[in-house]
Amino acid sequence: MSEPALSLDKITCTFVSRDNKNERYTALRDATLHIAPGEFVSVVGPTGCGKSTLLNVGAGLLEPSAGSVRVFGQPLKGINHRAGYMFQGEALMPWRSAIENVMAGLEFANVPKEKARAQAMDWLQRVGLSHAVNKYPHQMSGGMRKRAMLAQTMIRDPDIILMDEPFSALDIQTRQLMENEVLEIWMSKRKAVLFITHDLDEAIAMSDRVVILSAGPGTHIIGEFKIDLPRPRDVAEVRSHPRFTELHKAIWDVLREEVLKGYDQQKRA
Amino acid sequence: MINRNGPDMWNSIKPNTRNFRLWQIIILAVILGTWYFASLNDNVAFFFGRPLGVAESIWNWFVVDGDIYRHLGVTLSETLLAFVIGTVFGMLFGLWLGLSKTASLVLDPYLTALNSMPRVILAPIFAMWFGLGIWSKVALAVTLVFFIVFFNVYQGIKEVSPTLLDNAKMLGANRKQLLRHVYLPSATSWVFSSLHASVGLAFVGAVVGEYLGSASGVGYLILQAEGTFDINTVVAGIIVLTVFALLLDLLVSLTEKYFLTWKPTSGETEKL
Repeated sequence: MSEPALSLDKITCTFVSRDNKNERYTALRDATLHIAPGEFVSVVGPTGCGKSTLLNVGAGLLEPSAGSVRVFGQPLKGINHRAGYMFQGEALMPWRSAIENVMAGLEFANVPKEKARAQAMDWLQRVGLSHAVNKYPHQMSGGMRKRAMLAQTMIRDPDIILMDEPFSALDIQTRQLMENEVLEIWMSKRKAVLFITHDLDEAIAMSDRVVILSAGPGTHIIGEFKIDLPRPRDVAEVRSHPRFTELHKAIWDVLREEVLKGYDQQKRA
Repeated sequence: MINRNGPDMWNSIKPNTRNFRLWQIIILAVILGTWYFASLNDNVAFFFGRPLGVAESIWNWFVVDGDIYRHLGVTLSETLLAFVIGTVFGMLFGLWLGLSKTASLVLDPYLTALNSMPRVILAPIFAMWFGLGIWSKVALAVTLVFFIVFFNVYQGIKEVSPTLLDNAKMLGANRKQLLRHVYLPSATSWVFSSLHASVGLAFVGAVVGEYLGSASGVGYLILQAEGTFDINTVVAGIIVLTVFALLLDLLVSLTEKYFLTWKPTSGETEKL
């Protein structure tokens, strides 16, 4: 079998409190996850379980306390330049218009301005923003900003796409539309995707594989499910597929206990 | 009759969003009128001047003698120089300390000390260093502008959203590009938010500097007039200064509007 696009081996992340050096928090413990090229993997888990930590490690934004990160077989040092990262929060530069934001990645790579502009125009069209080329982020709706962020991430043609609950702030209709758009783009490009979500429906509808994390602290992987639903899928329609219901039940049985644990911890905190 | 109509009449003329200009003029007229009639008394006129005398001074400055232009030019160029120099240094320092944790740690007490010092007191020292020409005034005004800009930029750099930084890094920005495309625009928006204050203070610094010792400028004119108890000219000078301060402020507002189109203004809606 070919080299995984991204492999996280026995990742442990311990944070030390800035005020009290003895106060430690282990977000991840011995988490191992391999993603094949072209594979769509979702990670689900209870709130506060270190899903984003896992993603930041894969992106090279966070160095793990222990364990190794490999990108297409090469050990990762610093930022993972083969990856694109779609953040949960607002990541567009507010002083740049939509097109300037989308072309930023190419600009940083010193692509000639004209070429970068043309490509950005193309991507804006693909995500349905050709009417908002010169709009600034504050003039766009939440859904439009997410589209711009998607184009901004994809324009660099990354081999690995990391997504951190990208649609959690959107209303359900916009969300399903965007999920379908992401799937469509993914089908045409077939890049490795690591998709973080707390929404099990979303995870099953979109992925090839769903990975379940335990409640924190010391989060590790407690289950893995292959999603053998036929593609191409429509995220709204696939939910009524009998296999979807089966998978949902099987995964939820594993996840439920962890969710309750996580909920309990938050209540106590 | 009067009792019944009174409230109705008041309702129709009381200040509201439509007739506020009228009310502004009424207030001005009341002030000028009171001043005029009060200053018919010589004692009052000695301390407050006479409106017509003040108007005459201004008329003479601008039209008859035309000698105010040189002084205004001096004061305004001092303001402009101080503003530019203070902003550039404030921005550079703010960027540097905002980005370098150690530098800010080391220099923190000195900056706090310099900022809390009443800096007008430095005027005599600057006069010794730079002479009585414009540069001693520029130096004084720079010390005022610098700190405003510096603290704003410093705070701005520290508050750049971490998501924005991470995103730019993931998009392949190197250190230099981060500085140019994330930190600098972010710092600039903070400079703009302090622009009204810093332009105003540049003006204050220039005038105070002139007032404390100089051979030209509007502050110098006021000082001269005060020496001969020519209260009309003093008030005229104050009015001219106020008008120009307002003009500067207007200029700042226009520049701001031009450069910060990307900034949301509250309640902005699409114009049809």
